[in-house]
Amino acid sequence: MQLSRKKNIAGALAAATCSLLGQPAMAQEAQGSSETPWQFDTALLYYGETDRVTAVEGVVGVSKDFGDEHIFSGKLVLDGLTGASATGAVPQPYAQTFTRPSGNGEYQIGAGETPLDDTFRDTRVQINGQWTQPIWNDYRISTGGQLSKEYDYLSVSVNGSLARDFNQRNTTVSAGLSYAFDSIDPEGGRPVGFSSMPLRGNYASDDSFRQAFDATRQDGSDSKNTLDLMLGLTQVINRRTIMQFNYGLSLVDGYMTDPFKMLSVVDDGGITSDLLYEQRPDSRVKHNFYWQTKYAMDNGVADVSYRFSTDDWDIHSHTLDSKLRFDLSDNTYIQPHFRYYQQSAAEFYRPYLMQGDALPDFASADYRIGEMTAYTLGLKYGILLKEGRELAFRLEYYQQDPKNAGFEAPGVLQDLDLYPSVKAVIAQVSYRF
Amino acid sequence: MRIKKLFLVGLALQLSACASLGVQPWERDLLAKEEMSLSADAVDAGLDDHIYFSKEGTSGGRAFAGGGCGCN
Repeated sequence: MQLSRKKNIAGALAAATCSLLGQPAMAQEAQGSSETPWQFDTALLYYGETDRVTAVEGVVGVSKDFGDEHIFSGKLVLDGLTGASATGAVPQPYAQTFTRPSGNGEYQIGAGETPLDDTFRDTRVQINGQWTQPIWNDYRISTGGQLSKEYDYLSVSVNGSLARDFNQRNTTVSAGLSYAFDSIDPEGGRPVGFSSMPLRGNYASDDSFRQAFDATRQDGSDSKNTLDLMLGLTQVINRRTIMQFNYGLSLVDGYMTDPFKMLSVVDDGGITSDLLYEQRPDSRVKHNFYWQTKYAMDNGVADVSYRFSTDDWDIHSHTLDSKLRFDLSDNTYIQPHFRYYQQSAAEFYRPYLMQGDALPDFASADYRIGEMTAYTLGLKYGILLKEGRELAFRLEYYQQDPKNAGFEAPGVLQDLDLYPSVKAVIAQVSYRF
Repeated sequence: MRIKKLFLVGLALQLSACASLGVQPWERDLLAKEEMSLSADAVDAGLDDHIYFSKEGTSGGRAFAGGGCGCN
C-alpha cells in the first residue's frame, strides 16, 4: 500500500492509536522511513456576544511525524478580547454607579440593566508542544508543556502519559498526569474577600477615596496549582465503530476567586445597600467521566459524546455533543453540530446577599457557577483540496440560559431580569496545508 | 426449561460477540480515515474548549482540564 506524500498527521496520530491502514508495523519499517512533511493547521475564530464580550483568536498548529510514529505537535494561539462582562451585581430600578476594578474612575449602569463592567481588554499568547513516540513493543509515551500569558495572568503546565495497546491494537489503555501552575496579578490588585466596594461619591477627597480603595486590596500576586490525572480506554468495536472512555480527576489548590466579580447586598425591598467583592474556596476536587463514539457511515461520520462532571463545589454538569459529517461529494462535506449543556449551581452561589444575614464563608454571584443550561447549534462546511489541504468554514450560535436555583427574590428584584440569557455567534475559517 | 436454554444460547452469543470486539488489521479501511480519528478537528476542539472553559462551570473530559483563568 502506498503512503501518500502528504499523509495526514491526524491520521498518523490515529495510526499511533489504532494501527495504520491494516499495515503491520514491520512492513512500514521495511519501507524505510515513514517521515512526513510538516503539516500546518491554521484557524481564525471570531466570538461575539450580544452587548458583551468580543474575542478574536488565531491559531497556528504544526505537526510532523519524524518516522516510526515519533510525532511532534505544537501550537501557537493569539487572542484578543474586549467588551463587557457581568459583574454579579443585581439590576436596580434606578441607575447604579460602580468603581472600576483598578480604582481609577467609575461607570454607570442604567435603570433595570444588568451591571456589566466594560473595561475588559486583554491579549493572550499561548504556546504548547507535545512529543509522542513508541517506547517498547505496544507501549507509547507522550509528553508536553504549555505556556499561556495574559496581561495579568500566567499559566504554565507540563504533562506526561503512557499508553498501551492490546488485542491487535483494538484496545488502548492510557494513564496521564498534568500539572499546571497559574499566577494572577490583576489590575488594581486582588480585592479582600467580602470587602465593601468604596464609591468616590461617598468620600470628601480623591486621597481619602484612594485610601479606602487600597484598604480593600491585597498586596502582590496569588497563584493556584492544578493536578490532573486521566485514565483512558479506547476500544474498536467493529469495522465502523470506535469508542473512548475517560476518567479525569482534577485537584485544584489556590486562588480561584474572580477578582472582578461582586455581590449586591439587598434589603427586604430588594434595594442594594452595599456591594461586596466575592470570595470563593481555595480548593476544588473535580471528577470527569467522558464517553465518545465515532461511527463511520457510508457517506460520513457520526461523532457523539457525553460528559458527566461533578465536584466538591456541588457543580454537577451534563454535556451532550454531536457532530454529523455528511460527505456531499468526494471533496466537500457539511457537518451540523449540536451541543447541550446543563449545570447545577455551586453550593456557595448566591445571586445576592440579604442585608442583616450573617456573611457565609464563601459566596459568588457569578452566573457561570450558577444553575444554567446552554446549547450550541452550528454548521461546518469543508472543502478538501489537493495534497491533503483543507479549507473549512464554521458558523455557530451559542446561548446560555441561567436559571434561578431556588432563591426567592425580594421586593423590586421580582420585576427585574436577574438571570438574563447570553447569546453569542462563533465564526471560524480554517486552512490546513 | 426452554427459556433457560434460550437464555444460555443468548448468553453464549453475547459472550462470543464480546470476545470478537475489534477488527482484523485488514478491516481498518474505514477506521483509518482521517475523519474517524479521535483527534480529528483538534484545532476546532481546542478553540471550543477555550470558549466553554471561560463561560461554564466545568471543563475537561476529552483532555486535561488544566489551568487557565477564564475570568471574563
